[in-house]
Amino acid sequence: MSALEMIYGTPAGKFIAKKMGLTEPPRLRRGRTMPTGPVVLGELEGAGLGREVLTLLGVTPGQPLLDLAENRTPDQKGRQQPPRYQQKPGALLIDATGVREIAQLEGFRQLLRPVMRGLEPSGRVIILATDAAEVEGLEAKAVAQGIDGINRTVAKELRGGATSNLVFVEGGAGAADLASTVSFLLEGRSAFVSGQTWRVGPAKVAHEVSARPFAGRVVVVTGAARGIGAAIARTFARDGAEVVAVDIPQAGDALAKVANEIKGSALQLDITAADAGERIAGHIAQVHGADKKIWAIVHNAGITRDRMLANLDEKLWGSVLDVNLAAEIRINDFLLGNDVPGGFADEARIVGIASTSGVAGNKGQTNYAASKAGVMGLVWAMADELADRPITTNAVAPGFIETEMTAAIPFVQREIFRRTNSLSQGGNPVDVAETLAYLCEPASGGVDGQVIRVCGQNLVGA
Amino acid sequence: MNPRTAVVVGGNRTPFVKAGGKYAVASAQDLLTAALDGLVARFGLAGQKVDEVVAGAVLKHTRDFNLTREAVLGSALSPLSPACDLQQACGTGLEAVVYASNKIRLGQADVAIAGGVDSASDAPIVVTEPLRKALLRLNSARTVGAKLSALSKIRPADLMPVPPAVVEPRTGLSMGESQALTTAKWGVSREEQDELAFQSHQNLAKAWDEGFFDDLVTPYLKVAKDGILRPETTVEALAKLRTVFGKDNPTMTAGNSTALTDGAALVLLAEEEHARAKGWPVLAKVVDAQVAASDYVTGSEDLLLAPARAIPELLSRNGLTLQDFDFYEFHEAFASTVLATLKSLEEQGLGAVDRSKVNVKGSSLAAGHPFAATGGRIVASLAKMLAAKGPGSRGLISICAAGGQGVVAILEA
Repeated sequence: MSALEMIYGTPAGKFIAKKMGLTEPPRLRRGRTMPTGPVVLGELEGAGLGREVLTLLGVTPGQPLLDLAENRTPDQKGRQQPPRYQQKPGALLIDATGVREIAQLEGFRQLLRPVMRGLEPSGRVIILATDAAEVEGLEAKAVAQGIDGINRTVAKELRGGATSNLVFVEGGAGAADLASTVSFLLEGRSAFVSGQTWRVGPAKVAHEVSARPFAGRVVVVTGAARGIGAAIARTFARDGAEVVAVDIPQAGDALAKVANEIKGSALQLDITAADAGERIAGHIAQVHGADKKIWAIVHNAGITRDRMLANLDEKLWGSVLDVNLAAEIRINDFLLGNDVPGGFADEARIVGIASTSGVAGNKGQTNYAASKAGVMGLVWAMADELADRPITTNAVAPGFIETEMTAAIPFVQREIFRRTNSLSQGGNPVDVAETLAYLCEPASGGVDGQVIRVCGQNLVGA
Repeated sequence: MNPRTAVVVGGNRTPFVKAGGKYAVASAQDLLTAALDGLVARFGLAGQKVDEVVAGAVLKHTRDFNLTREAVLGSALSPLSPACDLQQACGTGLEAVVYASNKIRLGQADVAIAGGVDSASDAPIVVTEPLRKALLRLNSARTVGAKLSALSKIRPADLMPVPPAVVEPRTGLSMGESQALTTAKWGVSREEQDELAFQSHQNLAKAWDEGFFDDLVTPYLKVAKDGILRPETTVEALAKLRTVFGKDNPTMTAGNSTALTDGAALVLLAEEEHARAKGWPVLAKVVDAQVAASDYVTGSEDLLLAPARAIPELLSRNGLTLQDFDFYEFHEAFASTVLATLKSLEEQGLGAVDRSKVNVKGSSLAAGHPFAATGGRIVASLAKMLAAKGPGSRGLISICAAGGQGVVAILEA
């Protein structure tokens, strides 16, 4: 710990930091918790899907207030103020699935203005809109992208840990396809996801949303001995999964602790082994039962070997690409191509970990950025290639997450990385885990080929 | 014909480390608990009950009167899993496997865990006999005078703690000195011993490199590999070591004798059908076992050659010859123990053993020898080798023990 960090940790240090503009970041609502205030439903012309989704989730929507001239009241200085909610809303769901014209975007302004400073802490803005590919005409296509701009900006302007996210609905997707996504966004599980946009289409096999979506299902997590991987294992176990915790043999003791804590099993395996996929399946058949299949595999194992490119040799280059990308492809190939005991279930969920470094590049991380951008490319390609199977492939791209690895970054640099996002703080490993778990839910069958950033809307690569 | 068969499902051990090293901070109970937790994690047994856990230690504190049960309670296993301590010197681990297998065969258990632990770092240090007697007198003294009188009997030298020593009570000879007699008697040369030690290191190093121990060992206290192993050692380097045991023409060195070691090893055993129903690997059956003892006190027999008496009995009962095995595991208490045992078997007319099948994944000279843990190490490794070799392959285990005893067993895939 540096001297500066020690001073920052004292009450006096915190006082000075606050005076200098380094305020204490808001404490985020996490876990499977709904907002306390009402979930307000704002329906723009041609809406309907949002109401159906809330009904499926058992949520009775609250009435929205609109910033219209007749609803405004003057403040003490005589300035016209937007209407105020009697009880602060926990969330505003804007159903914009029918919006096609520029003039209709005014509806966003009317709905959003009263909540921009009126949401409860860790409140939510959730926008449902129709994907540009599904609308006719240039204006409608431009408007779809315009909504993306609204979402990104609202996420930056919201305060107190509130987030804004946009879901583009693809053709044929109904309320049941959107339920897991809206549930994730409303709950504390999406705490560190903000300013993001992703697409949801029709699921090939329908499942209902559940609070224990993985009960009786086997989930494989690589790199599970510590940090984000351990949090992923715990989160899936909380949601009912039988977790197979995989890590290198050298990390076996930490791995055993995680596996025993969540009543899963430990597999000491170097994932770069040529037969890694076969050994994972074999372990499941032998330890979890010959009739068990992999519901989901979380390709979390990853390494960094950071050097400026001027100092980077072929060994440091190759090892990062082999662990972070090639191993994942080899394991998927085996499991997709071989119907073996302990192999993929028909509707398997494949998720990987990309990174802000992959999205935006990062000094000293050419090898890592190549591997992580590669993970994104893999997700997009696999979703296409597996289009006729009910298997989904997705990834998350974490930003600054508080782990042993990021704790090693020098204090000032770390404090900058940590705060340069819309939530002014680093994420927790569980935030990454929750997003992965959402992507793997049985009810998320319509979410395929998506990369969701878990970064609090980090400025980098946004 | 008994329809129930006991099989080895898998195993787990800590890496073995020289006494006084990285495990010096750990108690025998800590080590055993770590080995147990690694095994539980490997087979997803957290929160589950196993029918019995049996293990033991040779160097044992009085506080460890319930060592195995305490390890179970400290582990992720269900507290409903009963446990038993068993002790037979260096035969402890294998004897524990035999005990558990017999219970499985008899229908008294379906799933059991067996093995052992030893920490020469956590060895009990005791007070001298005069001090113990004086303290007993002090305890029973009623008057101040009597108390003072009891205390006055204590001499400064009595206050020195007595460190543990591996000494045979009836001969007063250390294990090494006893073996030195055997080495001389059977004419085992220095070269033969060093060559065997060299092979042990080579074989163990190769096994580690191949990833053989990936599913047999769980790291402990930041140690991921056996600490005594010297992959780079050579016959020439071993030949340079000075001798430590024996008087006339001594041949035994620290290189061809095992070091005091800390570590724990366990084996998961189950009834065959039960294991198959669960989908568990059936690595090898525990076919049969035999113990024997030698008349070493009179000097007419050798302290550590009792296995040479047990093996013929075991072979004859199972209708097998010494050559009917794919692998042999002769515990390397000393290189010369293995060599003298082989010579004795040959002298008894059992024929020679194909040395390329002996200790092919290394043994105690390279891995180390935490006394009660050695049996578990050997059973798990041999079972895995047999499973890889294929159905019908057979292995023979031979472990010598203090007190002139030997435990031998047959495993078959």
